[in-house]
Amino acid sequence: MNAGMILTSLVDGLLIGVVYGIAAMGLNLIWGVMRVINLAHGALISLGMFGVYLLFSGLGLNPYLSLVLVALLGLLMGVLIYVIAIQRVINAPYLSTLLATFAINMIIIGLGTAAFTTTPRDIGFSLGNVELGPLTLQGTRLVAALVTLTVTAILYTFLYRTRTGKYIRAVSNNRAAAELMGIPSARILALSFGIGTMLAAIAGGLIATFFSFTILSGDLYQQKSFIIGVLGGLGNPLGALVGGLILGVLEGVLPLTMPNTWVPVIEFVLFIVILLVKPSGLLGGKK
Amino acid sequence: MKRSLFNLFAVLVILSLALAACGAPAVEEAPAAEAPAAAATEAPAAEEAPAAAVEKTAIVGFTASLTGKLNVESTRQNNGFKLWMDQVNAAGGVPLADGTVVKFDSKFYDDESNKDRVQELYTKLVTEDNADFLISPYSSGLADASAVIAEQYGKIMVTTGAASDSTYQKGYTLVYQAYTPASAYLTGSLDLLANADAAAKKIAIVHENDKFSTDVVTALEAYAIEKGYEVVLNEGYDSGTTDFAPIINKIPADVDAIMGGGHFADGQQFAKALSDKGVAAKFISLLVAPPEPTFAEIGDAAFGIVGPSQWEPLAAFAPDYGPTGAEFIEAYKAAFGEEPSYHAAGGYAAGLILQKGIETAGSLDVEAVKAAIDSEDMMTFFGHIKFDTSAENHGLQVGHSMVYVQWQKDASGALVKQVVWPLEGKTAETVYPIK
Amino acid sequence: MKQWLHPGFWLTLLIVLALGLAPVFTRNAGLRETGFTILLAISMAVSLNIIMGYTGYVSFGHVVFYGLGGYTGMYLIDTWGAPLPLAVLGGGATSALLAFGLGKAILRLRGAYFALATIGVNEAVRTFVANFKPFGGPTGIELQFSVYKQYGGAADALWLTYYGVIAISVFAVIFSYYIKTSKFGLGLMSIREDEDAAEVMGVITPDAKTMAFVFSAFLPGMLGVLFFFKNGNVEPADAFRLGFSIESLVMIMLGGQGTLLGPVIGALGYQRLRGLLLTSDAMIGSLPLKDFQLVIAGLLMLVIILFIPAGLVGWLRQKFAFLRRILV
Repeated sequence: MNAGMILTSLVDGLLIGVVYGIAAMGLNLIWGVMRVINLAHGALISLGMFGVYLLFSGLGLNPYLSLVLVALLGLLMGVLIYVIAIQRVINAPYLSTLLATFAINMIIIGLGTAAFTTTPRDIGFSLGNVELGPLTLQGTRLVAALVTLTVTAILYTFLYRTRTGKYIRAVSNNRAAAELMGIPSARILALSFGIGTMLAAIAGGLIATFFSFTILSGDLYQQKSFIIGVLGGLGNPLGALVGGLILGVLEGVLPLTMPNTWVPVIEFVLFIVILLVKPSGLLGGKK
Repeated sequence: MKRSLFNLFAVLVILSLALAACGAPAVEEAPAAEAPAAAATEAPAAEEAPAAAVEKTAIVGFTASLTGKLNVESTRQNNGFKLWMDQVNAAGGVPLADGTVVKFDSKFYDDESNKDRVQELYTKLVTEDNADFLISPYSSGLADASAVIAEQYGKIMVTTGAASDSTYQKGYTLVYQAYTPASAYLTGSLDLLANADAAAKKIAIVHENDKFSTDVVTALEAYAIEKGYEVVLNEGYDSGTTDFAPIINKIPADVDAIMGGGHFADGQQFAKALSDKGVAAKFISLLVAPPEPTFAEIGDAAFGIVGPSQWEPLAAFAPDYGPTGAEFIEAYKAAFGEEPSYHAAGGYAAGLILQKGIETAGSLDVEAVKAAIDSEDMMTFFGHIKFDTSAENHGLQVGHSMVYVQWQKDASGALVKQVVWPLEGKTAETVYPIK
Repeated sequence: MKQWLHPGFWLTLLIVLALGLAPVFTRNAGLRETGFTILLAISMAVSLNIIMGYTGYVSFGHVVFYGLGGYTGMYLIDTWGAPLPLAVLGGGATSALLAFGLGKAILRLRGAYFALATIGVNEAVRTFVANFKPFGGPTGIELQFSVYKQYGGAADALWLTYYGVIAISVFAVIFSYYIKTSKFGLGLMSIREDEDAAEVMGVITPDAKTMAFVFSAFLPGMLGVLFFFKNGNVEPADAFRLGFSIESLVMIMLGGQGTLLGPVIGALGYQRLRGLLLTSDAMIGSLPLKDFQLVIAGLLMLVIILFIPAGLVGWLRQKFAFLRRILV
């Protein structure tokens, strides 16, 4: 192991960490605002992948332009899912929302498998590589990092600088009190679910620009999102980015010191331990 | 309004549940009622056969992964098998020694690529659908589960896609492997490497951490060490991995060859990541993914990648039994509108193995057909077919060998698949080194 | 003693017995295999219901007990030549032990945090087993076909595993009913309704929850051994398939959580429906209906959760007062 290897692993870890971050952001936001663990999150990420794929290879639309369209569709879809499947059970025991979102997951995966089969797709898009000393960086990965940072900044501004954003945070803090203050919580919840879904779609769209995928691919990111949630603080969408970076760096650097197949074992054990010690997440605030 | 809607839903759901539950006792009758109906619809199609002889229908039963992670491979295999069946039936069936003619029908269910119901469905095939012969599900784990049922009911089962050698070391007597076993998947690419560059010494093995891929690389590593190669890295990755950067960073820079991979999606992504990371290996050979036509979707990253294939349209064998490769390809294209992959060819070959066995035996008697298949030694468009008949490895495929393809560029710069090994079947020289 | 005369208990027991014994009397192997799938699901659901329905803790990764038990049993059979009954007990004991070890720690977590933790445990164990050489690592454990000889051949061995699963499901029903009507069970249900209040009323909640977790883990461990023994092999991916846990949850939701009959009816209904969809020849347009079985299962589940959250048995009990005396 030399310095070059460590540097390469670190940078690779950061680059995948950014992707994990945006993939987890939507899940985290939804959990934070409405205490719903969205088990359809992975399927929605997959839909984002196919959205960009279809627009790019079908209509020849630039992937990043497609991404904007996919994001809008994601927002609408999220609101729709909320109205159909979540609204009725939002105050029921949490098992109901877990299973309701899982039912949505089954429906999406089922339709997706029937429509697209599970053959891997690849959009075959490249922005070339950038050489930086010992590092070879992919253009698409750099753009993905840039987009993620931009989206995070926009989300931050939205949550902290706009009226609607403040409503969302108010509902997230205490829904009953927010309602008493005249905040239309039903609409805010629907919007939050929509934004969460939009973030999932963006994540999927970005991933599709550099990885091959199938309709089942989103599931992996959903699992990572749980781990990221407890690392960065469940419920804090901005913590997701930090959590994602931590996980990415762990995945990048740990294999240098142990067989690669042990890395997921470490990840999940870490997940359980943090959950036990500090359920609100390593970097989370209040319980 | 809301309330009545609620009640309506409730009643609907309860009704459907009640129906489902009440259906339980009827389970044996339903398929029995279906079987004659199916036979009846088949009959008119066969009426043109001039045979005044008595006709028998042999049912071949199997499960396929119509949904779940293996559905693509499975569907193609299905198509190949169906083509065989249609052709045999159209040709008038297989005549037996006692003058009757056997035609074939198939019955299959979806196993969703998971083990939960495999034994249930195979038992159903044998006891309710009266299957005479069986074909295995697609993967090794599922095939093992179905083999227990096949043996128990004394049915001959041809396995396609169940590559692991261990299946045939479990003491089964009626299970026959159509494909080259896992232990021989990548060893040929080592021979290919030796032929291309005698100076190559360092190999890195990177593989999916599952049964099939581990079986393949265990045999590969042993063979490499025996041949004097240095295995500088042997690492697994979790199934479903998409980010290969961490494992690629562990590959030493001076490595000559990278071998391994796993299944379709991960293999494709791994090849792509190797190119993205600018890995300078001279030779790369991966499992399963490279022979697939859609592998070229990853563009230039596919260039130079070698992969083992059970069969390739380009590799022309001179068959002494069944159609030639060209005939098969033409018929398959006409029937399904796509190039046949090796899964499709394997499905057809499974049919040929049964057909030859029944013809030789001249009956449908299991013992007679088993003896006939034991002695099969034939050249088909799919390649050489012969089985190990020893007690320790009964049914293991020993005749068939892999062909190795490499993605190369034609004159116009487009990616094309060429057969590069074995030398007698090659359609192009190996591109070496690729970087 | 009076509780054993309740018609609801006998009704449930009778349903399970009738289902279980039908293939035994007809000696119909096809029916036996269908029966095995259904009884396996029933026992899983009834076991899971102890921690989920009675105690209110949703164990999302419950399949870990099934997988680990199955692995332990297969290891005992393959490496030590243990007879099946011993291996089955060994599998159950290992799972119970894991539940005991985990219980105190992760049962401190409430609500969704607990559900997440159980998913984490399942994944941790799965990835660990894929690296664990005595269990064969990624290739798992395979049994020689000759292993069935000592049970009179494969046919008899399959019947034997079937008797095993009948015994387990009958035991599961009796045991679950016993817990439900015992003082211990009352404690569990008070935890479900309000854990803090239960504690104040003198229920030692950590111990009660751990015991409930152990009880609900024991039978799945035994079931795993039967299933994988019957299949002749086990691999990490099919031993720890999260989807299997979730299916068990759905069955409980369908039938009604916290009831005795609910999980039985739910498992039966769900498995029959899936079985019918899988083997159906119906078409939707040009695509076979089978392609949509996941979609149909998802829609059905959504409808149940949205409109009948109490499940079938719960709904019947709410709707018709007289049924409250018959259904438990």
